[in-house]
Amino acid sequence: MNKFSWYEAKSVEDALQQVNSTVSEQLYKHTDKASIFKSGGVDVFDWVKEGLLKPQKIINIRNIPGLDKIDYDRKKGMSIGSNVTLAEIASNPEIKTNYLALHQAVNHAATPQLRNMSTLGGNIAQRNRCWYFRSGDHDCFRKEGDRCFARHSETGENENHAIIDNGSCVSVHASSISTALMAFNASVVILNSEGEKKKVAMDDFFVTAAKDIAMENILQAKEIITEIILPAPSKNTKSAYIKQVARESYDWSLGDVAVVLEVSGNATCRSASIVLGAAAPVPYRSMEAQQALENKTINSENALAAAEAAMTIARPLAKNGYKVPLFVATIKQAILEIS
Amino acid sequence: MEDKNQGSESKPTKAITRRSFIRGAGLSTAGSVLLTTNALAFAHKEQLVTGEEYGPEAMTIKMKVNGMMKSLSVEPRTTLASALRDHLELTGTKVVCDRGSCSACTVYLDGKPVNACMMSAFDVGDKEITTIEGIAQNGELHPVQQAFIEHDASQCGYCTPGMIMSCVHLVENNTDPNLEDVKNATRGNLCRCGTYPNVFKATLAAAKKTI
Ligand SMILES: Cc1cc2nc3c(=O)[nH]c(=O)nc-3n(C[C@H](O)[C@H](O)[C@H](O)COP(=O)(O)OP(=O)(O)OC[C@H]3O[C@@H](n4cnc5c(N)ncnc54)[C@H](O)[C@@H]3O)c2cc1C
Ligand code: FES
Ligand code: FES
Repeated sequence: MNKFSWYEAKSVEDALQQVNSTVSEQLYKHTDKASIFKSGGVDVFDWVKEGLLKPQKIINIRNIPGLDKIDYDRKKGMSIGSNVTLAEIASNPEIKTNYLALHQAVNHAATPQLRNMSTLGGNIAQRNRCWYFRSGDHDCFRKEGDRCFARHSETGENENHAIIDNGSCVSVHASSISTALMAFNASVVILNSEGEKKKVAMDDFFVTAAKDIAMENILQAKEIITEIILPAPSKNTKSAYIKQVARESYDWSLGDVAVVLEVSGNATCRSASIVLGAAAPVPYRSMEAQQALENKTINSENALAAAEAAMTIARPLAKNGYKVPLFVATIKQAILEIS
Repeated sequence: MEDKNQGSESKPTKAITRRSFIRGAGLSTAGSVLLTTNALAFAHKEQLVTGEEYGPEAMTIKMKVNGMMKSLSVEPRTTLASALRDHLELTGTKVVCDRGSCSACTVYLDGKPVNACMMSAFDVGDKEITTIEGIAQNGELHPVQQAFIEHDASQCGYCTPGMIMSCVHLVENNTDPNLEDVKNATRGNLCRCGTYPNVFKATLAAAKKTI
């Protein structure tokens, strides 16, 4: 690790005065004198240990008062402060009752130890886990290099990579929690150093590789996430989340699915929100599956049709063809868990 | 959802303007909304309460470990694991992956299990650290430690301190754990020797349950 100084921020305003760059900017092109945010620090320290991130100053935003609240209002919905830990989300009864898929997603993310350390803001802003991106020996597209090592048809180790929107960088977003957040139509509240606060829908928070190779989200240097908000569910809202992994101990997602449905009395789906994780470079809303399911009865046949519709646009790489049947089975199962 | 599959490889470009905040994504909730401008705190910069900067060179900090106040000289880049092992000579905490992936370095921060390898010593502040050395009380092993011996729950021993920290935390916080609870508590602890079955048995035995 390089030497860096430590700034213990007292308020969001204080932190925004100090910060001058983001982890993403630094990974793409290193500059001297970078001051960056750190919350739980789990992703930041990973990059610093690897020598790919060399900040001059780390601004600790973890202890800023007021960013660690969970508030629920039956009309307004849920507000989760950016410094709330994953463990605090997992043990919150109102989240379990009203946003079951989010509860399930958090419980299946990382390890008990990491859930005690990781914050929600840091989780949605973490960078992807592609082993080439994380390796100091591989100058890939996302580090100003000239290729994507993973997509190579013979030498690319791409079993964990994208099957949708994989035209440039083929990494998948690391936040499996965002799969559920997006399905609930969550928004990210961002404050900048001019004092402007804006609310950005999750669907617009993530940035595709094709749009900007340096970024995975819209965050700019002088911006801080203050909270993540979820609209109030109606009494007909039901949700489910399933994550597929390769082993029984904790693991990164091979494919995860969050389904949030408005269901009318006779098991008819009135509206569907279906999001896939580890399918594309950003959490992927499947318009195809949503359209296929809307106004249909929730049964095995229609669930399968929606799942297959989601995969019509899939273009697997050499080693991740298994993800297509995996998603078909998982989307179907998640829909049927709701019926 | 722009950029559907392009099929062939294309070299991506770095967009000059990175954002277009107001763009529809075909969803009623999409887009971004300006909530407030120029919040009061920003109007009075001179009144801003500012934080403090430490390092990058080593400085003396205080840390409460296993009930005792310790002074140690560390840099902001010193991990808690290194602070414990290299500065306080508490080498019971192991470092295996050094990346949050194995939980060999599990300690408690104010009673909650965390990975000491993934945080700075500066993260501790006035919170209390408990390491494996702080689990036995008055020379008596914790029931989980005793059960690990009786059930042969350790092979090479590298994962064992972290494994015990996870299992002690479970039985101290759940008076009636079942097998699934033990599995969930140790989900992050990787054991290359495959001691899991005996770890589960030992922990349930310590919680006065058998499988
Ligand atoms: C072994 C392992 C397994 C994991 N498994 C999973 C998993 O299955 N699913 C999953 O979703 N996650 C997983 N994670 C991710 C982990 O749980 C953390 O959420 C993540 O690494 C970062 O959270 P953090 O709070 O430590 O963020 P930090 O490391 O502090 O920050 C991450 C990034 O966010 C920025 N940032 C943080 N807070 C803010 C803010 N308020 N405003 C603006 N920018 C901010 C930082 O500058 C940095 O760029 C795993 C991590 C590890 C190491
Ligand atoms: S050494 Fe810390 S988690 Fe592996
Ligand atoms: S006993 Fe050897 S790693 Fe677990």
